[in-house]
Amino acid sequence: MSWSLLFFLLVGAVSLAAAFGVVTSRQPVHSALFLLTNFATLAVLYITLDAQFLAAAQVIVYAGGIVILILFVIMLIGGETNDFSAAQRAWSRTVGIALGVILLLVISYSALSRTMATSEETAALLQGGTPKAVGIELFSKYVLPFELIALLLLVALIGALVLGRQQEGAGEGIPSVKANE
Amino acid sequence: MMVETSYYLILAAIIFSIGATGVLLRRNALIIFMCIEMMLNSVNLTLIALARQWGNLEGQIFVFMIMAVAAAEVAVGLAILIANVRHRQSINIDEINLLRW
Repeated sequence: MSWSLLFFLLVGAVSLAAAFGVVTSRQPVHSALFLLTNFATLAVLYITLDAQFLAAAQVIVYAGGIVILILFVIMLIGGETNDFSAAQRAWSRTVGIALGVILLLVISYSALSRTMATSEETAALLQGGTPKAVGIELFSKYVLPFELIALLLLVALIGALVLGRQQEGAGEGIPSVKANE
Repeated sequence: MMVETSYYLILAAIIFSIGATGVLLRRNALIIFMCIEMMLNSVNLTLIALARQWGNLEGQIFVFMIMAVAAAEVAVGLAILIANVRHRQSINIDEINLLRW
């Protein structure tokens, strides 16, 4: 077993454990921290896949931006629900897990039905996925999508502002979630 | 020595399935949100693995776009969540089953 495979298995195991943690945590804050771990391990995997720029972007956008935003909202509204109460129909959990397993089997089958050999030559074409390589591609061939993405972010910004705005006359701020209905 | 692409694809498939199962099982809207983010990330991993497979940077450009869309989605989605909490003091999706008040 080569060192790179060993490294992949190690990082992948941490990533999977974190993914399980997101789904099974009772506290949303714990879920958010597991999500952070998952994002960080994926950034490590991106580096092993010759995508240096995206690894950095992953840490900045996901770990630095999105998780922090989610944590802010959790702190703001205190988001506990009693997901694990006995009142939840038992069969719905079984059906959910069964559907997840079926999904996994289908995706794995379609991913593995075609054997693909990796080669060092084609990987070298990526130039390590450095900001320079990605940037040249982004600003030559993909300028229009890039500008559209900028527009999308502006629209999202305005939308979030409109939705999050305080209603007139309602001066008491954001109420927290009422404790376990 | 490079790790085979199919290993990355399987890892991404497992993470995606865990995320999808979480969306089905949990009733906390915040956690469903996180599961959706996780699914988006597993697709990113697939795209980057296949970009290396074919030696083509377009997969990485795709991932860049997906990251931007995910950021926009989180901003709007969390705003909707907060607006909903203002209205009915709950983030349990069993209680958020009406599209009107």
